[in-house]
Amino acid sequence: MTSFNPTRRDLLKLTAATGGALAAGPFVPRAAPEAAAQGTNAAPAPLNVVLRINGTEHRLTLDPRTTLLDALREHLHLTGSKKGCGLGQCGACTVLIDGKRVKSCLSLAALVDGREITTIEGLARGEQLHPLQAAFIERDGFQCGYCTSGQIMAGVACIAEGHAGSAQEIRDWMSGNLCRCGAYDHIVAAIQDAAAAAGSVRKG
Amino acid sequence: MHPFMLERPRDLSAALALRAQAGRNDAPAEYIAGGTDMVQLLQEYVRRPERLVSLAGLLDNRIEAGPQGLRLGAAATMAEVAAHPVVIQQFPVISEALLNSASPQVRNQATMGGNLLQRTRCPYFRDVGYSACNKRVPGSGCAAIGGENRWHAVLGTSENCIAAHASDLAVALVALDAAIEVRGAGRQRTVPLIEFHRLPGATPHIETVLEPGEVIAAITVPATAAARRSHYLKVRDRASFEFAVVSAAVALEIDGARIRQARIAVGGVGTKPWRLPRVEAALAGARLNPAAFRRAAALAAQDAQGHGHNDFKIELMQRAIVRAVETAGARA
Repeated sequence: MTSFNPTRRDLLKLTAATGGALAAGPFVPRAAPEAAAQGTNAAPAPLNVVLRINGTEHRLTLDPRTTLLDALREHLHLTGSKKGCGLGQCGACTVLIDGKRVKSCLSLAALVDGREITTIEGLARGEQLHPLQAAFIERDGFQCGYCTSGQIMAGVACIAEGHAGSAQEIRDWMSGNLCRCGAYDHIVAAIQDAAAAAGSVRKG
Repeated sequence: MHPFMLERPRDLSAALALRAQAGRNDAPAEYIAGGTDMVQLLQEYVRRPERLVSLAGLLDNRIEAGPQGLRLGAAATMAEVAAHPVVIQQFPVISEALLNSASPQVRNQATMGGNLLQRTRCPYFRDVGYSACNKRVPGSGCAAIGGENRWHAVLGTSENCIAAHASDLAVALVALDAAIEVRGAGRQRTVPLIEFHRLPGATPHIETVLEPGEVIAAITVPATAAARRSHYLKVRDRASFEFAVVSAAVALEIDGARIRQARIAVGGVGTKPWRLPRVEAALAGARLNPAAFRRAAALAAQDAQGHGHNDFKIELMQRAIVRAVETAGARA
């Protein structure tokens, strides 16, 4: 190895490992202390799962507890989808399944076997950003950026559903996505721009 | 999550057989369908099944509308039902209750059956850090009685549990006399929704009349004049994506300037979806005026009991009923 060109993710991993915060192995589900103490926390039999992500089929062998979000991030290294709360409350993990927006942290990966999944990584066409991605940049629709991929995936669906007719309607239909920086005004503006460009603004 | 085996049976009979082997509560086996509540319960160690039986793709997801009324397959999603044109036109209270629930993402995932079976949002039930919860660990006590109970029920409580039922859909459906088609291994039965959820009594961990292994197959809702003039009002701590502090489902049949028949149910206040027959009786024949509505709504408080932080719900519930009746009454 002649050069050291770590990705941002490698650095994060390295930092976490040297901090002693991350156990060895790609992904260890959160363990219940009391269950571990009783020795009943043995990993269950793994399952064969086929995930269709952004048009590509991936064959995985997963612990049944693996959520779709963890499969994306920890097994397929598609880290655009973020884990905020892990309980369906923040929307940072939003992806599309068969074209509909869902919270990937609330889906077990093995139960979306064979469905068509679209993540933030599947939006751009080569170097050409999706219009909503471009609108987020144009409108400065983020500060820290952690919620952004979820906001964009939810926004894409919001526009496709015809729920982007007014700022108020967008706020209502984007309420499943939290932004702790409070960039809401710019997020709403970006979605309005992209909706107008798509010619999909509807009355209502 | 506690380790579990995930079963993906080929058909419903196989799923029913797998699950029927297990007991009713704190069972070694549980079903999962849309998963929006179950995955939360698993993540937080509230449920720790040894085996999880998936119903994905096994249950009816059709929405059928005919002259008799609606039949909602158990696997129809909240989003699909909310957007169905017949539901919007003939049963607005259902569509409104659904659109005021959860988030657009969750509504794409969560099913009709799962919505009715979702567990309470009582924070003591949801947090295994608290040892006292009769719903989670039978016999362990109730931390909400004497604890933080602003969110809790004022109707149908017992000395063992004051947790509120969280479903908006169930409140709308119970007002419309919906019924549940239940499927079990080798049998099928229909249960009126009003009898489907159980009062906590001494066994708050047993929440419905479902027997071990049984599933909700479908929900039926009779078509009525009242259902067409119906409304769901939800009062909550923020404008969207929040559970009800108090809600009211109202369906009215109106004859000229008088109410011929009223159907009223309330949410956020009951340990189960709560119908108010005395309020309905007081509204039958009443003129369409706020004073009559207030007199009728006051009867909702007769059996209500506050627990300290939630005392305000008794008054708020009456005001919500009045406003929902006004809104429904003003509908064409």
